Amino acid sequence: MKRMVFEEAVDAAIARAMEQDERVVVLGLDVPMLRAGLYARFGEGRVLGAPISEGAYLGAAVGAAMAGLRPVVEIMMVDFIGVALDALLNHAAKLSGFTHGRWTNPLVVRTACGAGYGDGGQHGQALWGLLAGIPGLSVVVPSTPEDAFGLMTSALAHDGPVVFLEHKLLTTNWLEFVGRGGRASLRFDVPAAGHEGEVSGRPVPLGAAARRRAGEDVTVVGVGVSVHRALAAAELLAASGVSCEVLDLRSVRPLDRDAIVASARRTGRLLVVDEDYTQFGLSGEVSAVVAEAGVPVRFARVCTESTIPFARHLEDAALPNVARITDAVRRLVGEPAPIGDAAPARPSPVIHPAVAPRA
Amino acid sequence: MATVDVEALYRSMSRIRTFEEAVRVLWNEGRISGEIHLCLGEEALAAGVMAHHREGDAVSCDHRPHGQFVARGVDLRAVLAELLGLEGGLCAGRGGHMHLFSRPHLIATTGIVGAPAPLGAGFALALKRLDAGKVAFAFGGDGAANQGLYLETLNLASVWKLPLVLVCKDNGWAVTTWSRSVTAGDHVERARAFGLHAERVDGMDPVAVYEAAGRAVAHARAGKGPALLHARCSRLEGHFLGDQTVRTVRDPGQNRETGRTVIANATARNGGRLRDRVLGLARLGGAMLRLRRGLGRKNDPLRRELPLPAEARRRIDREVEAEVRAAVDAVRQEAA
Repeated sequence: MKRMVFEEAVDAAIARAMEQDERVVVLGLDVPMLRAGLYARFGEGRVLGAPISEGAYLGAAVGAAMAGLRPVVEIMMVDFIGVALDALLNHAAKLSGFTHGRWTNPLVVRTACGAGYGDGGQHGQALWGLLAGIPGLSVVVPSTPEDAFGLMTSALAHDGPVVFLEHKLLTTNWLEFVGRGGRASLRFDVPAAGHEGEVSGRPVPLGAAARRRAGEDVTVVGVGVSVHRALAAAELLAASGVSCEVLDLRSVRPLDRDAIVASARRTGRLLVVDEDYTQFGLSGEVSAVVAEAGVPVRFARVCTESTIPFARHLEDAALPNVARITDAVRRLVGEPAPIGDAAPARPSPVIHPAVAPRA
Repeated sequence: MATVDVEALYRSMSRIRTFEEAVRVLWNEGRISGEIHLCLGEEALAAGVMAHHREGDAVSCDHRPHGQFVARGVDLRAVLAELLGLEGGLCAGRGGHMHLFSRPHLIATTGIVGAPAPLGAGFALALKRLDAGKVAFAFGGDGAANQGLYLETLNLASVWKLPLVLVCKDNGWAVTTWSRSVTAGDHVERARAFGLHAERVDGMDPVAVYEAAGRAVAHARAGKGPALLHARCSRLEGHFLGDQTVRTVRDPGQNRETGRTVIANATARNGGRLRDRVLGLARLGGAMLRLRRGLGRKNDPLRRELPLPAEARRRIDREVEAEVRAAVDAVRQEAA
């Protein structure tokens, strides 16, 4: 066990893989400076600084992975994947399918994601739903240093392409780099347990959720920072007698369907907390999973509805926050909001049309 | 071409500088969130190019857009209020520093590196069909010139003969990377190979920029196709305010932790070849030294000699100071 901050855990997993396997290389914009430790240790033959040409270097990484390297490609922020999406969508993700598994490309895309520090709608998106919609890609979103190490270790060992998203609120360096900029007075809502913690060094398998809190009344699922927001909400709700189970999905694709279904079947109420966009994403997928399993649940979701506004107070309101989560849970269990709660009225939670509601 | 109005050029530079200094103060107070990429070092370039802007021309900007907005004559208070995320801002606080838009001024911003080029090409296409004689300006950096969408735009704009003036603001850096180390060939030669009118100019000299930009704009306005102006400039405040690398070169003591990590890694077992490691350390050190040199006063375009009496400069500075102060006072009131 070693105590680490989030990005230390990621770098440690990469350094260990680089020690053990000469084929592991790191490439991307600014990596000599951003990963100065790895650069100083392994040199420029294995930590390759690239121009701002994401389409070319991510595309090249796909070819390099096909021909024997195991690249870790850095896309500074997941928002910037737009200019390089073809490499993932039409190449990395398709290879195994096109060759019936006879050719694979072991590739990890490491990219920062997430809002909550006021950088506007082109630098704070989540986008894991968009990426996880592509068959052939794995998409992981760790919420703790332990999982950051464990999921990066599994991603590096995996024979297909994996997108590894690190939330900027959990990553000290990123938050300092793009949020604080040396302004000591600035405060951000950083979940302490996500930003620093014990790291065992064990791998975390792709596609395995973790139960962060056991509960009886409502199942709350999410990834990344949303897990911490859900845990904070669960703590508040426990005081008023509502018991929440909190599942950290950890992987968006593959999704741990069994864990979701088992928990939802037990509680009969399911809330998805997702920093990604509401429609056509993780929350809808989770609802489909329980519907397909024939589990009768009351279902609701707390997500990001539209383009993330720049103004801090609007951004905070747009992201899944503790108030929105407790509000949604109270509606799910049919408990009226406490007097003085100024939360605006929202439509009743959707009762899944495929199944009868639980009384 | 009209003769150079040095006083107007200097006023434009002074307005940009004074505005950016005000932004710096507000950012330091914590009133502005996220990244702020000031254009300190680009004042002469912005002033010299935008002096050729005519009503009806379009402008697309990158993540360092303030100079163009100030020179374009967009209300300073509205821009400042946007940076503070206020309801009274240019975009009602929804866009922010990297997403400034003013429809009446036909000026837009994107935070995606390289993206102003195709956006500008689109503006130029619309203007060509709807408003002949108008041009679109597209600003981007030397780092952006390696983006596929920028390079594709060189070709597209050329074959469609678009009235597009691309301005490469070459400050030498692609975020923390010395851009020449990741750039093959030459920006001007690349553009010429695509058939653009392309010129290189000292981007710290407002008169030289004005003259070169005049030729580029005349080319585009005359319907002869796109042009590129490559202007060497400086980046006096790093990639963005609070840039860690800049803080480190200014005060090496405050970032000892990173230094220790780098040394520990360079000497760790199971690493790369000795030659690779030494080269790596040398390059990191070289980048920091180069960064420090770039921050020096000789890279400040406002310190350049101009055929303008000192008294005129002082008068302009006073007038500009009052204008910017009024805008700052107004947003402080709005924010209160």
